[in-house]
Amino acid sequence: MAKVLVFIDNPGQVLKKASLELLTIARSLGETAVAVNGELHDDVLDTLAAYGVQALYRPSAADLDDYLVGPKASYLAAAVQTAGATVVLTENSAEAKEVAARLGIKLGAGVITDVVAVDPDGTAHKSVLAGSYMTTAKATTPVAVLTVKPNSITPEPAVTGTAPSAVTVPVPDTATAASARVTARSEKAASSRPDLSEARIVVAGGRGVDGNFGPLEELADALGAAIGASRAATDAGWIGHDAQIGQTGKTVSPQLYISAGISGAIQQKAGMQTAKVIVAVNKDAESPVFEIADFGIVGDLFQVLPQATEEIKKRRG
Amino acid sequence: MKIIVLVKHVPDAQFDRHLTGEGNTADRSESILSELDEYALEAALQLIEARGGEAAGNKVIALSMGPAGAVNAVKKSLQIGATEGVHLSDEALAGSDAAATSLALAAAIRHLGTETPVDLVLTGMASTDGETSLVPAQLAERLDLPQVTFAASLELDGGRLTARRDGDTHADTVEADLPALVSVTDQANDPRYPNFKGIMAAKKKTITTLALADIGVDPGQVGRAGSWTAVETAEARPARTAGTIITDEGDAGIQLVEFLAAQKLL
Ligand SMILES: Cc1cc2nc3c(=O)[nH]c(=O)nc-3n(C[C@H](O)[C@H](O)[C@H](O)COP(=O)(O)OP(=O)(O)OC[C@H]3O[C@@H](n4cnc5c(N)ncnc54)[C@H](O)[C@@H]3O)c2cc1C
Ligand SMILES: Nc1ncnc2c1ncn2[C@@H]1O[C@H](COP(=O)(O)O)[C@@H](O)[C@H]1O
Repeated sequence: MAKVLVFIDNPGQVLKKASLELLTIARSLGETAVAVNGELHDDVLDTLAAYGVQALYRPSAADLDDYLVGPKASYLAAAVQTAGATVVLTENSAEAKEVAARLGIKLGAGVITDVVAVDPDGTAHKSVLAGSYMTTAKATTPVAVLTVKPNSITPEPAVTGTAPSAVTVPVPDTATAASARVTARSEKAASSRPDLSEARIVVAGGRGVDGNFGPLEELADALGAAIGASRAATDAGWIGHDAQIGQTGKTVSPQLYISAGISGAIQQKAGMQTAKVIVAVNKDAESPVFEIADFGIVGDLFQVLPQATEEIKKRRG
Repeated sequence: MKIIVLVKHVPDAQFDRHLTGEGNTADRSESILSELDEYALEAALQLIEARGGEAAGNKVIALSMGPAGAVNAVKKSLQIGATEGVHLSDEALAGSDAAATSLALAAAIRHLGTETPVDLVLTGMASTDGETSLVPAQLAERLDLPQVTFAASLELDGGRLTARRDGDTHADTVEADLPALVSVTDQANDPRYPNFKGIMAAKKKTITTLALADIGVDPGQVGRAGSWTAVETAEARPARTAGTIITDEGDAGIQLVEFLAAQKLL
């Protein structure tokens, strides 16, 4: 049976859904080991046990977060060797992809990013060219490193739990030698809304919101949705850059994407056209967003969205 | 100061893009300089301009790896303001994945640093075709350089770089000494366009073509044969088609909710 190592960087108090997805995929491929960086809370440990994790690794160094990427890859390379893993799974964030990139070079392992499904034989499925192709790819090396997009699978705990105990993996002394240092860090305020990359519903606004995301926020709250934006809206400073969806922002694949006051440029579509259902509200009937909308409304978002919010509230009594 | 900027020649996203042939590589017939590499070039030009420009002995070398057409990405970079260009081109490179690409580019960068050292390697945040963002991190690993990637801003003071990097949960200030590898995001600056003067000046600039033999890379280490991943199948996704489009006559918000209810999305 294949040994699969899942890398979870700073699991926090409770494991994210994206991490649970990785654990579920890992179990479908073989025996799961987890390499954690950062604090390990009891709640997280319980979840790892419930997901059938057989082995658990922690780094001998506590300062990996003080450097950019390199030392984390050194730690992970050591963990892969200790575990004897042939498949490594990480999340698909910018930093995790970079850890995967360097790990690949260290191990002579092929790296595949943006994976949405993994077959039992290790074949990875991913879409490329802004969602216009579905491809299958495989690492041709003894070890495969795959970074998996969130919302790829429904997380499922194991039938029988485990009781993994943590083993410390030595991080080589040389790991930090040629590394950039993180000299200051400012935490971002956590939003009460769902995480954009994991959200089931996204309400996104563009230049058409003209500085006022209020109607989108109210609709998002009624739907339990996350808020996204086009680059025009983030560049204007109406909302943080974290909310940007598209080629140079986030890629989302929610069940429902409501686009309001966004024209639908190719770079915006790159980040959202794999959504299950797309709804677009735009004043201009010629906007390209209507070419991909399942339900399009030619109208003023300041009329349409508040009316929809009211109607949802009314139906829910 | 000697800066190498990596510029990739990529299929233009304004047209339909296709995967073709054995290995399912992107069809490059309608290709351009990757827009995201223009930010790297702009960052390089601003850095040398702040240090007296070419007159003070600074230079920006635009390096592209790719088939014959990729020389156009180098030419465009020269028009925008790069000092000289290098085109790494070899038939054996076809079908290279990130690992093979980074191996060849690392060898080219070492080669370009043999007479005078390279201070900085600048790249885009991702190529607009492959979109993996693997190459910059892999180059840092192979060249053993500090990695300062996804820089949303970049400052250089003496030999020390300071960058701002925006993450999902936190924003970081990152520092490293030169030489270093830096990738910049599209938040870093506003790239300039080539002007008439630049286009004329580019005609006199040097473009060096390098083959694998020039940089000491064995053909078996790169291309499809040397890659560590293989694309096995590629299927065009049926293009999304337009659904119902209505014009608001005062009740579109209610119709929207009815649509969501019918789709079981409420
Ligand atoms: C290298 C590069 C990377 C990029 N990356 C991204 C990216 O990641 N994400 C991204 O989104 N863009 C990206 N872009 C920018 C992209 O090309 C577009 O410029 C951008 O998406 C436009 O944003 P928009 O649709 O909000 O604005 P516009 O194109 O100006 O559209 C605004 C729309 O709002 C409509 N509107 C106005 N008022 C109302 C109203 N009251 N009610 C309803 N509709 C209204 C208008 O009809 C119009 O269609 C990138 C560009 C480049 C060059
Ligand atoms: N063939 C290439 N030639 C020159 N630069 C490249 C090439 N491939 C990747 N790069 C550089 O690496 C960056 C990231 O590319 P990628 O890892 O493919 O997303 C690009 O923005 C370029 O700066």
